[in-house]
Amino acid sequence: MAAVQGGLVDAVEKKDIKTEPSEDSGGNNNANDGRLLSPPPGSSASAPGGNKPPAGAPEDQQTLLAVLQFLRKNNLAESVEILRREAGLPEDALDLKAGDSAGAGSGGAGGTVDLEGEDASSLLSRVTVSSSAAAQAPTKGRTGLLPTKAVEDQPDVNVVLSAYSQQGDPALYGVYYSGLKRFIESVLDCHRAELSQVFYPLFVHMYLELVYNNHENEAKVFFEKFSGDQECYYEDDLRVLSSLTKKEHMRGNETLLDFRTSKFVLRISRDSYQLLKRHLQERQNNQIWNIIQEHLYIDIFDGMPRSKSQIDAMSGSLAGEAKREANKAKVYYGLLKEPEIELPLDDEDEEAENEEGKPKKKKPKKDSMGSKSKKQDPNAPSQTRIPLPELKDSDKLDKIMYMKEATKRIRLGPDNLPSICFYSFLNAYQGLTAVDFTDDSSLIAGGFADSTVRVWSVTPKKLRKVKSAADLNLIDKESDDVLERIMDEKTASESKILYGHSGPVYGISFSPDRNYLLTCSEDGTIRLWSLQTFTCLVGYKGHNYPVWDTQFSPHGYYFISGGHDRVARLWATDHYQPLRMFSGHLADITSTRFHPNSNYVVTGSSDRTIRLWDVLTGNCVRIFTGHKGPIHALAFSPNGKFLASGATDGRVLLWDIGHGLMIGELKGHTDTIYSLKFSRDGEILASGSMDNTVRLWDATKAFDDLETDDFTAATGHIHLQDNSQELLLGTYMSKSTPVIHLHFTRRNLLLAAGAYNP
Amino acid sequence: MAEERRPKQCTVVLPTESMKAMAESIGVGQLQEESCVALSEEVSYRIKEIAQDALKFMHHGKRRKLTTNDIDNALKLKNVEPLYGFQSQEFIPFRFASGGGRELHFYEEKEVDLSDIINTPLPRVPLDVSLKAHWLSIEGVQPSIPENPPPAPKEQQKVESTEPLKVVKPGQEEDGTVQGKGQGATAADGKGKEKGLIRLKPRSTHELSVEQQLYYKEITEACVGSCEAKRAEALQSIATDPGLYQMLPRFSTFISEGVRVNVVQNNLALLIYLMRMVKALMDNPTLYLEKYLHELIPAVVTCIVSKQLCLRPDVDNHWALRDFAARLMAQSCKTFSTTTNNIQSRITKTFTKSWLDEKTQWTTRYGCIAGLAELGADVIKTLILPRLTVEGARIKAVMEGPVVSNIDKIGADHVQSLLLKHCASVIAKIRPQPDNVEQYRIDYGYLGPMLCSHVMKARTQAALQAQQVNRTTLTITQPRPTLTVSQSGLSGSAGPRTPSIIKVPSSLTLMSPRPGTPSQPSPPATKYIVMATSAGPASTQQFLCLDFHHQISEDQITVSNGSKEKCN
Repeated sequence: MAAVQGGLVDAVEKKDIKTEPSEDSGGNNNANDGRLLSPPPGSSASAPGGNKPPAGAPEDQQTLLAVLQFLRKNNLAESVEILRREAGLPEDALDLKAGDSAGAGSGGAGGTVDLEGEDASSLLSRVTVSSSAAAQAPTKGRTGLLPTKAVEDQPDVNVVLSAYSQQGDPALYGVYYSGLKRFIESVLDCHRAELSQVFYPLFVHMYLELVYNNHENEAKVFFEKFSGDQECYYEDDLRVLSSLTKKEHMRGNETLLDFRTSKFVLRISRDSYQLLKRHLQERQNNQIWNIIQEHLYIDIFDGMPRSKSQIDAMSGSLAGEAKREANKAKVYYGLLKEPEIELPLDDEDEEAENEEGKPKKKKPKKDSMGSKSKKQDPNAPSQTRIPLPELKDSDKLDKIMYMKEATKRIRLGPDNLPSICFYSFLNAYQGLTAVDFTDDSSLIAGGFADSTVRVWSVTPKKLRKVKSAADLNLIDKESDDVLERIMDEKTASESKILYGHSGPVYGISFSPDRNYLLTCSEDGTIRLWSLQTFTCLVGYKGHNYPVWDTQFSPHGYYFISGGHDRVARLWATDHYQPLRMFSGHLADITSTRFHPNSNYVVTGSSDRTIRLWDVLTGNCVRIFTGHKGPIHALAFSPNGKFLASGATDGRVLLWDIGHGLMIGELKGHTDTIYSLKFSRDGEILASGSMDNTVRLWDATKAFDDLETDDFTAATGHIHLQDNSQELLLGTYMSKSTPVIHLHFTRRNLLLAAGAYNP
Repeated sequence: MAEERRPKQCTVVLPTESMKAMAESIGVGQLQEESCVALSEEVSYRIKEIAQDALKFMHHGKRRKLTTNDIDNALKLKNVEPLYGFQSQEFIPFRFASGGGRELHFYEEKEVDLSDIINTPLPRVPLDVSLKAHWLSIEGVQPSIPENPPPAPKEQQKVESTEPLKVVKPGQEEDGTVQGKGQGATAADGKGKEKGLIRLKPRSTHELSVEQQLYYKEITEACVGSCEAKRAEALQSIATDPGLYQMLPRFSTFISEGVRVNVVQNNLALLIYLMRMVKALMDNPTLYLEKYLHELIPAVVTCIVSKQLCLRPDVDNHWALRDFAARLMAQSCKTFSTTTNNIQSRITKTFTKSWLDEKTQWTTRYGCIAGLAELGADVIKTLILPRLTVEGARIKAVMEGPVVSNIDKIGADHVQSLLLKHCASVIAKIRPQPDNVEQYRIDYGYLGPMLCSHVMKARTQAALQAQQVNRTTLTITQPRPTLTVSQSGLSGSAGPRTPSIIKVPSSLTLMSPRPGTPSQPSPPATKYIVMATSAGPASTQQFLCLDFHHQISEDQITVSNGSKEKCN
C-alpha cells in the first residue's frame, strides 16, 4: 500500500496537468467512447481532443464515415454532430453508408466478447485505427475468426479492401512489373537506387490485388517470379505474404492490414520522381500508377538522389521510411537539473557518515555535480513540464550515496575497459525471460517462463520481510532504529520468490528507490510488487494481450508498458488506468524505455521502427527506421542526446534524438541483441546478445566522428561509414549463456546476466 | 541488390489425406475431395499463422528453440483453446509407423503400470534456480577459468594449424595489448582487410602469466612425481581444463625433452608418466594438437620402438608401455592424419621398414608390430598377415634353436603372442569357416596351428557376442512399434501392446552377458574398441584383450614406481 500512498501525495500537485487528458476521456461519459474518439487518423495518434482529420483523401472520408456510424449507433448524437461539422461533411454522406456499417459495429463488439467486453473491442480498434484509412478494419480482423459474422461484414471489408477491386488483366501484372523493372534498370545509375525502392511496395500491392481478385494461380506465379528480387530484409514479410493465397485469408491478417491501412513511405528526389512519372505516363501504365497514387506516399525532396547504401540504411521497416515531417518536432532531450539537495545533502551527509572528513567530501561533490553550476540546458524541458514525485528523505540519502560512488567511478575509454562480472542463472531450464538490476546493484530480479519472479540479494545483506501487523504493534515506534526493528529477522534469506502471474514474465523493472518491482507477463497484466513485504500490491490491467516490456521512469512513480496490442501505455503507480496511450506502431511493441529526463518514452516494435513519444502531449515526435528486424533492446545515452537500439538482425543502430538522424551502425553480433547499456559517463556502449557475447563499443568516438552539417540535418541523408571494426573495443564470449541483461554499476563495473543453457 | 538466393518460399500445404484422416477421427466420413482441398489450404494457412505468432513468444522467451508452450500461447492469442497434454520433453513427440501402404505419425501413449510408478523410488528433485557470478573480463582481458569458454575454440585451433593463412581470431586475445581490433570480424567481412595484416604479424611466443607459470610447474611436477594420487589429479586437470591452449607449447616441449632424456637413462617409469600426459592432452576436448605433433610423435614412436626402455629388460614390463604408446599413435593417426601431412602412411612406412630389417632387435620388432596392428584391421591384413610365415620362422629359430639369450627368447615369445592376438580376429573375419590346422600350417608356417586355435576361439566369442548384440538391439527397438509391425508381418494392429515380447529378451540380456565377459569393460577400454575394430562380431575377443592390457599397464605403473624411486 505504501506505493499508492507515496504516489498520492504527488498526485495532488499533479492535478493541473494530469487531469486534462483524464477529463477528456472520462468526461465523454463512459471511457470507451472517449477513447474511440481520441485516436486521430494521422500518424500523430492519440492526442486527445485535438483531432482534425484531413477529409481530403477518399480513404480518410471513409474513415470518418465509419467513425460517425459508430457514434451514431451508440446514440452519441452530439458527438456525431460535432465531428460532422468539423470535417465539413454533408449530412447525407453518413446515411449513404449507414446500412453498411451498422453491422460492422455490432460485429466488432460481438467478435471480442470473450475479451473484456466493450472495453476490449474499443481497444482493439485503437490498435490499428491509428493510421490513416479504414477505421473499421481491425474489428474486421477479429471477426474474421467468427464465420457467422463474416457475411454481414462483407460490405465493410470492401471498404477496407476496395482499392484492390479494380479489374486489370491478371496476366498482365507480370508484364507491367517486369516492364517497370526493365525501365528502372535502364535509367542512370544515380536514379536507379532510388527508383528501386518502388519495387517492394509495388510487388506487395500487385500481389495482394491478384489475390483479392481471386487470381490465385496468377498470384502464385507472380510471387515466384519476382519475390526473389526483393531485398533480403523483407524476407519475413514475404513469408507471411506467401502463405496468403486466398481472398478469405486477407480478412484477419494483420500484416496485410498494415499494408493496406498505412501508406508505404518512400523518399525520392524530385528528379527521380519526375523520371518515373514520365515513364509511367508515356506508357499509359495506369495499373502501376494507380497503385503508386493510392498506396504509396512519396516524400519528394530537392537535391541529389541518394545512393544505394544511404537508402539501405534507412529502409527495412514495415511501412517504409519515416516521413520527413515526422521527425521535425522539437525534442527536449536535455537532462533535468539535479534537484536542489545541496543543503540537505551536507546535513544528511554528516549524519550518515560522521567518520568521513568534511573537506574531502566537498571537493568531489563539485566534480560530480558539475552540471549544477551550469545554467539550465537550453535543450532540457522545464523542470515542471511533467509533474515528478517529490524527493523523499530516503531518496536524498540515496542520491548522496550515488554521488559518493560517482567520485570513485572509473573513467572508461578505449584504453581502460570495464571489468565484466557475469551472473549466470543455473538450472533455469531455458526459462529465464527477463532480468533487472537495481541502480545501486544490490538486488537482481529474474522473470521466468514458469510465471515466477525471483529476487536475489547480491550483497551480503539478506532480504527480509516487514513483520506482520500484529508484530508491528509491539515494537517501540519511538526508537531510533525503528526501520530496522520492523524487519522480520526470521524471514531473512538470499532470495525471494514472488508468485502471482499466470504466464511467462517478459519484462521486469525495479523502481529507482528499490521499494517496488514491476513485472509484465503473457497474461496481459503488469504487477507491482513491494520489496518490503514481498507481496503483490497492484495488478494493472489494460493490455489484453501479452505485455512484452515495462520500465519504471528514472524518477519513479510513472512507468511505461508495451505489448502485443501495439499500444504503449503510460501508467502511474497510483492509478489503475493508464494516463497515456501511445498508438501508432503497426505491430507488437517489443521494448520500451524512458528517457533520462522522464519527459519522453521510446518504443521499439516488430514493425521495425522506433518511436519516441512525448509524455506530456502523447504525440509521436520521432520515428526511426533502419532496422531490419524486431527491436528488442533500447538504451538512451546518459546525457539524453542519443539512443542506441538493437534488433534481431544483430545490428546496433545509434540515433541522434535532437536531429532525428541515424548516426551510426555497429555490426558484429550474429544474433538477436537483447540488451544495451551505456556506461555511467556514456563513453562505452555495451551490447549483449543471443550469440553468447558481450561486446563493448567506443561510444565517444561514434558520437564524435559525427558531422552534422545543416544539409544532412535538413534532408536526413546520412553517410554512414562502415567503421564498426574500429569502434569495437572487445568481444567477450560466455559459455553457452545468452546475455539478456547488462548493467553498469555506479562505479562503472559492468554486470551481465543470462541463463546457462548446457 | 538482387541478393543471394534465399531458400524458396514455402508453399507447403497439408495433404488432403490428412484432412480425411482427421475428419474420420471426429466421425465425419466421406469428405468430398473438393472440401478436402479447401480445408487443407485453410488449415495450412492457419497453422502457418500460428507458427509465426509462436515465433514471437520464442523471441521474447529468449530462446532459440520453439516449444510447445509457444504454440499454446499463440493459440491463446487467437482465443483458441490451447492443446493440452503436449508438454513433451522430446523435441518431436511423434512416432512414425508404416505398413499396408499407409504411413502414419502418431503420438505415443504408453500404458503405464501404476504399481511400477509407486514402487520405484522417487526421482531426484530438480535443482532450484541459483545465481552464480564469475569474471567474464577483467579490465578488458578475459581470464581463462572454467566458467569462460576456452580462449581458442578447437575448431579455430584446427583452422589455424591446417590453414595458417586464413587465420581469423574470434574472441582470442592473450597478448593483452591488442584490443580486439577486428576480432569480431566474421570470415566474410573481415578477410579482405585483414589478410595483409595477418601475414605480417610475427609469431611470437606467448608470455605466460604468473598463475599459468605456477600451474605449469605444479602440473609437470605432479605428473612425473612420486605421488600417484597427485598424478591422477594432474592428469585429470590436463584432460579437462579448457584454458590450456597457451601452455600447450610448453607441455609439448616438456614431453619431448623428457622422453629424450629418459630413454637414454632407461627410466621406464618416467616414460610411462610422460605417455600418460600425452594421452591426457589428447583427451582434452578443447585442445587441437596438430601444431605440436612434430614434437609429440617422435616421442611416442620412441616409446614404441626403442631398443631398450628399461634397465632390466628381462624383468620389467616395457611391453605394456609399447602397447600403450602404440595405441596413442593409432589414436593420433586417426585424429590428425590428413592428405597433406600423411601421418598414417609415414608412420606405417617407418614401422614396416624397421620391421623388415633383419638385424632389428626383438624389442623393436615387437614395437613395430604393435604400432602397425593398432592401426586397424586393414593394416593387419595388408602388412602383417603376408609376413606371418617369415616371422613364424624367425620365432621358431629362437624358440626351438640353440638358446642364444634369455632376453631374445622373452622377446620372441611376446612377439608371438602379439601376432596371435591381433591376427586371429582379422583372420576370423576374412577366412571362410572350416578351420583346418593343416591348412593353417601351410598358409602361415610355424604360427599356423596356434593361430588356428586362436581363430576358433575368436569365432566362438564372436558368435556369442553377435547373439548378444542381436538381443540387445532387439530390446532397444522392440518398444518402437515400427519394428514390431515389420517383424510380425501383420499390419499395425499387433503394434504397440507387446509387453510380453519385451520381457523375454530383456531377461535374456540380463543373464547372458555376465558369464560371457568376465571383466566389465572400464570406460577407457571401451574407447579403444570403437577405434580399433571397424565393427562386427569378431570384436569380442579383442576388446577383452585390450581391457586386459589396460589393466596390466596400470599395474605396471604402480609396480615400477618402486623401481623408479630406487633410480632416483
